[in-house]
Amino acid sequence: MIIVLGLLSFTIAKQRALLYLQNNEPLRSMPVYHGLYVSLWAFLIPFFLIILFLTFKANYLNYLVTPYLSEETISLGSEEIMYVKNFLINNISNLNNLINSGFISEADSNSLIEKYQNSRLISFIFVIVLSIVLSFVSYRKLSVRFDARRRVESILKFIFFIFSTIAVLTTIGIILSLIFETLRFFSQVGFFDFVFGTHWSPQTAIREDQVGSSGSFGAIPLFTGTLLITAVAMSIAAPLGLYSAIFLSQYAKPKTRDFLKPILEILAGIPTVVYGFFAALTVGPFVRSCGEYIGLTVATESALAAGLVMGIMIIPYVSSLSDDVMTAVPLSLRDGSLALGATQAETVKKVIIPAALPGIVSALLLAISRAIGETMIVVMAAGLAANLTANPLSAVTTVTVQIVTLLVGDQEFDSAKTLAAFALGLMLFVITLALNVFAMIIVRRYRERYE
Amino acid sequence: MDKELENNNIIENKALIECKNVDVFYANQQALFGINLNIGEKEVTSLIGPSGCGKSTFLRCINRMNDVIDICRVEGSIKISNEDIYHPDIDVVELRSRIGMVFQKPNPFPKSVYDNVAYGPKLHGRILHKDDLDEKVEKSLERAGLWSEVKDRLSEPGTSLSGGQQQRLCIARAIAIDPSIILMDEPCSALDPIATAKIEELIDELKDNFTITIVTHSMQQAARVSQRTAFFHLGKLIEVGDTEKIFRSPDHEQTEAYVTGRYG
Ligand SMILES: Nc1ncnc2c1ncn2[C@@H]1O[C@H](COP(=O)(O)OP(=O)(O)OP(=O)(O)O)[C@@H](O)[C@H]1O
Ligand SMILES: [Mg+2]
Repeated sequence: MIIVLGLLSFTIAKQRALLYLQNNEPLRSMPVYHGLYVSLWAFLIPFFLIILFLTFKANYLNYLVTPYLSEETISLGSEEIMYVKNFLINNISNLNNLINSGFISEADSNSLIEKYQNSRLISFIFVIVLSIVLSFVSYRKLSVRFDARRRVESILKFIFFIFSTIAVLTTIGIILSLIFETLRFFSQVGFFDFVFGTHWSPQTAIREDQVGSSGSFGAIPLFTGTLLITAVAMSIAAPLGLYSAIFLSQYAKPKTRDFLKPILEILAGIPTVVYGFFAALTVGPFVRSCGEYIGLTVATESALAAGLVMGIMIIPYVSSLSDDVMTAVPLSLRDGSLALGATQAETVKKVIIPAALPGIVSALLLAISRAIGETMIVVMAAGLAANLTANPLSAVTTVTVQIVTLLVGDQEFDSAKTLAAFALGLMLFVITLALNVFAMIIVRRYRERYE
Repeated sequence: MDKELENNNIIENKALIECKNVDVFYANQQALFGINLNIGEKEVTSLIGPSGCGKSTFLRCINRMNDVIDICRVEGSIKISNEDIYHPDIDVVELRSRIGMVFQKPNPFPKSVYDNVAYGPKLHGRILHKDDLDEKVEKSLERAGLWSEVKDRLSEPGTSLSGGQQQRLCIARAIAIDPSIILMDEPCSALDPIATAKIEELIDELKDNFTITIVTHSMQQAARVSQRTAFFHLGKLIEVGDTEKIFRSPDHEQTEAYVTGRYG
């Protein structure tokens, strides 16, 4: 409805501005901006109002139904009251169905419905009237000299500011909640035991009197596991991704490139679960039988299998981005090198890659972040055993996998086991953040030198 | 037929580059039509003509940089020192290492000034000792008239120099591979008059040791730096001759119109 009003006011204001133009009056802003200015007023404020209404609707309904609760219900515990209230609220538009079941009397139902509908009507009318009033007021402000363009721009600027603030605040909120839960965790488990502990077995007892009720929360095995698998994955993805990027950007004909690049990118679009069972059912056993063949004992669930598959999964992260930056290296540099009698390979090695290095580095770091955060493949292919080892042939586990297993299953929300998930999450976040900052520093230093 | 005669008239017996019936196609579009042009040794030849007439295309034929463009096809014969450079046995990389090229826009590599100049010599492995390389870099920069300006900034990135310095750096880079021929495609189009003057001076000095072919849009520049001038129009070579003659009393009306500025 207010959209319609907004559009309507847009056309009216634009028409009027066009009229000025037809009369050869020197209009200061384009007619479109006149239209936009009025319609923004007619639309935006009511729009925010509606959002406000929706936000407080629950509270209001709560307040509305309170007098209609039966004595019986009130005498019950607070949980039941909540339950009944919610039931009423959810069915408020067809309360009549509930009369038969004796949940609410007919008189009560009618008056509740009436109140509810009145309030809806009032808020609706309020919004419409506000919209009309605002558009009228702003319409009156229009004139030949009126600088609508600048006004519209500042309104839009304000809107964008609000949106970006929302995004930033959400992020900050998430981080803060992570930090607070982590602090709670550290009130139960020592900081050093967590960060430097080498033993991970988060089994806390369900009953106090159970044996071994306090688990140990040493995170080192998890992080070495993550590191190990990431290293394996990168040793696959970095060379394969880089070489395919070099091929795509320097050697392939445009047609081949247009054909191959999307195919490579599909690799990134395959659900990780699929990679997971591929790793668990195909690669894992294959790695083991290979190992046996040359006389090595390999666990069915091995870091190697998970890392290999993960490496394949993140190839496109390396190749696609590196290809983009290498293609973006000016042709004049390539030609300059070729004209000096360099072969194509020499040109790639000595000119193209150095020039594209910042992009390549960030591509690699992006791939690393992706590998660190990956969960599914590891759950399925690398196992859950928190071994502290550097041997890629044994089963390991990673931070993300443990977060999942910590939170799956019945646990009190504030047990050390659950809170450990937040602590792990925070550490993971800090690590990826550090990686990103590191990447940024490299890129910036490089830029300063060469731009 | 009579055009060919004319060209033949001006052929000097010591032509270094001989082009016969060179046709160039971009996909199905023909860009050059039967070019017969001989370029003399140790002199400056300038190529002039309206935009899009194929000067750059012709220049790129000489060091086979057209090979880099997928859709480009070159026909006819081009000989350098009586050797057909489009013969299948010719090693393109080796050919290019004998020909320096300077591009329209300065394109220093994102490396230090020193490494920019040392790039070619290192590549061809002709210089193995660090001292010799230092000397080579210094000499090349000196010949490009840049040494005094950058001798304290050798480790700074080449891209941090001014536009004119960058272009002279590119010239130094081209000289450093000891080419016998230097091709320049509008080397001054991005430069101010002072930098331009410096480069023109430089070209004048270089012609004692190198065969230089330069594309330019400036008549004055062609008149100042070149001994011979070739006028291209719509992919055809209209006229070639001593610079003085081309600018004073060209045989063709079109040439006259162009050099006197009556042409668009
Ligand atoms: N890479 C290319 N692909 C397709 N066509 C091209 C290409 N390069 C040049 N051409 C065409 O060939 C013709 C000659 O171009 P060329 O660049 O040689 O002209 P030019 O004389 O150097 O012009 P200018 O003085 O503007 O540099 C033009 O019609 C141009 O459109
Ligand atoms: Mg050109």
